[in-house]
Amino acid sequence: MTPILMILAFAPGEAAESSSGLPQMDVTTFPSQLFWLAVTFGVLYWLMDKVFLPKLGGIIEERRNRIADDYDKAAEFKREAEEAEEAYRKALADARAKAASIAAETRASLDEEIAGMQADMDEKLNQQIAAAEARIAEMQAAAEAKVSEAAVETTKAVVQLLIDEQPDDAAVKNAIEAAQAS
Amino acid sequence: MTAALATLAGPMEQFEILDIIHLDLAGMNISFTNASLWMLISVVAVSVFMFAATNRAQMVPGKMQSAGEALYQFIADMLRDACGSEGMKFFPYIFTLFMFIFSCNLLGLWPTIPGSPHALHTFTPTSHIIVTFALAMVTITILLVYGFYKNGLGFLKLFVPSGVPWWLLWLIPLIEIVSFVSRPISLAIRLFANMLAGHMILKIFAGFITALLAAGPMVGWLAIFPFLGNIAIFLLELLVAFLQAYVFAILSSVYLNDALHPSH
Repeated sequence: MTPILMILAFAPGEAAESSSGLPQMDVTTFPSQLFWLAVTFGVLYWLMDKVFLPKLGGIIEERRNRIADDYDKAAEFKREAEEAEEAYRKALADARAKAASIAAETRASLDEEIAGMQADMDEKLNQQIAAAEARIAEMQAAAEAKVSEAAVETTKAVVQLLIDEQPDDAAVKNAIEAAQAS
Repeated sequence: MTAALATLAGPMEQFEILDIIHLDLAGMNISFTNASLWMLISVVAVSVFMFAATNRAQMVPGKMQSAGEALYQFIADMLRDACGSEGMKFFPYIFTLFMFIFSCNLLGLWPTIPGSPHALHTFTPTSHIIVTFALAMVTITILLVYGFYKNGLGFLKLFVPSGVPWWLLWLIPLIEIVSFVSRPISLAIRLFANMLAGHMILKIFAGFITALLAAGPMVGWLAIFPFLGNIAIFLLELLVAFLQAYVFAILSSVYLNDALHPSH
């Protein structure tokens, strides 16, 4: 007998041994199987429904909510940060504008002051120039007077020496003026 | 030779139901058997797992809690895909169904302790058609009861698909009813036959190994082939244990969808 044949010989021998054939078809075992299936499956269902699944589902739900909350919070923080940045930008722009206006104002006031000072100075200088010119004119007139006086004196002296006569001042003056005019 | 053969168990021996504690209730034999024992072991195993997964549940999960949550999400997503979010009222049932069948299938693959009494040999409760049929009937009962409760007689639209021409109205409901009735049968037989066939093949290959070894040194080395074959089939059976539990759960979900949305 080869091993293969020996194995093939199993089946009929087994069938002859157990008269009922397939153990699955033995209906006398059905009540016990159904009863114990109902008990064990029922207990497991009860445990799942009342204990395990609510716990597991609860923690999953809680985690989902927590993550959603955290996302919301993060979005809010981001929004706040953006607002802060916006405010900072605005403050910066304001400060720049203020600085520019202050600079412009300062420049304008300085310009004004300079212009005022310049005007004062110009006036002062003009006054001084005018005073100087007046003095010069005075001095010139004095000098001219002195020159003509000297010319009269000189002419008088020259005339005395020449003709030994004392000419009168008015005549000399007229003569000189006439000479000058020609 | 024949004496050695007689002591070898046949491939059907593993399916025999043996009393451990004899019990009678109202004239019915409800003994605690090896089948009951392995149902109990499966339920205890699942409960221990679920207890470990949910005990001290934390926001940042540990290993066991992660595994439990992964299973929870897996079954919840499957059910939601099949039935929509309203189908979640069936979630405890579908989850229990999946876990029960999966643990029965898986623990049934545990090797029997050599020399242990026959009643304590490893046993697969889901390899018995009465068990798988009962589970299938629970699904169908929920489908019928909830379907009529929610839709009233509108539930009967399940058997009259919309858009059927009037001259086919006598035939289509007939076909629909036949297909409806075959649902629990196909559910039950699919799981039962898979478990039966898998365990029988494992046992037959194991029988080849012992027979070849017993046949002497000339052919004894050939035992390596059924041995390798058994390893491959065992790995396949691990996959089948999961897959059949999943198929049973997903088909139950798809069927229960009819209770929520009978017109298709």
